[in-house]
Amino acid sequence: MASSLIELRNISKSFEDTLVLDDFNLTVNENEFITLLGPSGCGKTTTLRIVGGFETPDSGQVFFEGKDITNVPPNKRHLNTVFQKYALFPHMSIEQNIAFGLKISGKTDQYIKDKVKYALKLVNLDGFEKRKIDSLSGGQQQRIAMARAIVNEPKLLLLDEPLGALDLKLRQDMQYELIRLKNELGITFLYVTHDQEEPLTMSDKVVVMNGGRIQQMGTPEEIYNEPENAFVADFIGDSNIIDGMMMEDRVVKICDTIFPCIDEGFGKRKPVDVVVRPEDIIIGKPGNGRIDGEIVHNVFIGVHYEMEIEAGGFTWLAQNTESFPVGTKVSIDVEPENIQIMHKPQTKEEEAIELDV
Amino acid sequence: MSRKFLSTPYLLWIACGTIIPLLVIAYYGLTDRSGAFTAANIKAIFSADHAQALGLSLLLAFISTVICFILAYPLALILRNSKFGKSGFMIFIFILPMWMNFLLRTMAWQVILEKGGIINAMLTAMHLPALEIINTPSAIVLGMVYDFLPFMVLPIFNTLMKIDDNIIEAAYDLGATKKNVLFDILLPLSIPGIASGVTMVFVPALTTFVISNMLGGGKILLIGNIIEQEFTTSSNWNLGSGLSLVMMIFIILSMAMLSKLDKDGEGTLI
Repeated sequence: MASSLIELRNISKSFEDTLVLDDFNLTVNENEFITLLGPSGCGKTTTLRIVGGFETPDSGQVFFEGKDITNVPPNKRHLNTVFQKYALFPHMSIEQNIAFGLKISGKTDQYIKDKVKYALKLVNLDGFEKRKIDSLSGGQQQRIAMARAIVNEPKLLLLDEPLGALDLKLRQDMQYELIRLKNELGITFLYVTHDQEEPLTMSDKVVVMNGGRIQQMGTPEEIYNEPENAFVADFIGDSNIIDGMMMEDRVVKICDTIFPCIDEGFGKRKPVDVVVRPEDIIIGKPGNGRIDGEIVHNVFIGVHYEMEIEAGGFTWLAQNTESFPVGTKVSIDVEPENIQIMHKPQTKEEEAIELDV
Repeated sequence: MSRKFLSTPYLLWIACGTIIPLLVIAYYGLTDRSGAFTAANIKAIFSADHAQALGLSLLLAFISTVICFILAYPLALILRNSKFGKSGFMIFIFILPMWMNFLLRTMAWQVILEKGGIINAMLTAMHLPALEIINTPSAIVLGMVYDFLPFMVLPIFNTLMKIDDNIIEAAYDLGATKKNVLFDILLPLSIPGIASGVTMVFVPALTTFVISNMLGGGKILLIGNIIEQEFTTSSNWNLGSGLSLVMMIFIILSMAMLSKLDKDGEGTLI
């Protein structure tokens, strides 16, 4: 049983008149890679800053290893932060940057020297000790910021969109770096991002936030395959969110067609939201599936083709490695286990949002 | 077509406003009244009177610069961290006097400090002994600090404002105390601003003759006063020019040293 490292209890925080966190509760266990995910303004960065000690909550408490640290200043907390814009000290060499925390805690010169060397090796930048900060690329600065934080052997590492400023290829490489670092160091990672792909690759646990509240918490698989509401389904990956009617246990009606599913306990004849991931739509010959339709759009996006299918009064987004030209008459079907039933949104925050990409 | 002709007015300006006058000064400085070449005007700086005046000028300019720095740095720090400071309102208030005539401001101090002035009137009213500040080096330092303080505050404030909050937070995050942040982060990162502030206070303080005239009552001679007197009362343009050339060397040296620290060009003088 993993023990809890950080616990946020009933945290509320407003900036001027905007409520950013609303009675927020979160527990982070030791050695976990946990990601806070949500659109801008959902409160994820504020949560991180409260854990880091840069903001004080209006109400609620922060516990670190069972001790209340709500009012402890950042320099007295046993955690370190990797900032979004790296925040390296521009007037210091790389060595001085990494050694900063160790010098303050009064370590010996030899210890510092060894540690800096070790940290640089860990982030694959051996021999960079004497280089200047401005001679580094964005990805290298990112690694130095990591090294500067982990060299202090914190219990918890906070990462505020650390890959946000990097280009796609570098971002993917760094994701694997981060997983490797976490496994080698055994530090708990609390990671904040608005990127929908990053947490799926890296995290043990994903916390999807919107409007200062947790919308869903779970493993990446749970979040992706069993979203609890339209917001989560829409925010993580592509999805078809369709109005449906739960006829009885394991039977749902979508577009006037009965689909078998595996969800139970929604009651009889209850309106629900139905989520179908585009890669789960089976495209077949007309008459072979449940609903007949026509391809109205087709783009090649790399691994697969992304198509829109007009069927039963709904435009379905489908992904398939086989291409069907626009105008082709097709049928669609979905396996019962690929149909995810959700309650209709109770609040504005649970609704799917328009993302400005 | 070449657009170089656009720079012609400025080249003319530089020639007439800078190069020709400098050459004239150099000519006067290196000749005697009959027009023959001599180094006597330059060497004159080593005469007891002149060397003493130069020494006093350097000392007072140095003291003023240090006082300005001690006053300006905490102020700039406070302004950086306050809401008012960020909005630029406080700094506006602070540099407001800069837009008033410099002679007028100095004259105001003369009225405040003189024997029957405001300060002594208040002291006498409280049955306290009157102070003799006017016509002392202290009065001159006071005048210099008052007149030049905004030139120290502005560049320091500007560099401090440019420091990203994230960098300061990162320092705290790594365990830094307030003292660490001040000495390891803020001070080193504001060196360019300090350098230009020091330049902008030290150079005018070194060469001023107005402040020393008004607040020194003609009793305290700075090198600026001596040069001025050579041109006016003594009508010895050659000696005046020679001493000016020596001053220029001092100023160029001090600016060269300081400009090394100000790589970002925070100062507006170079």
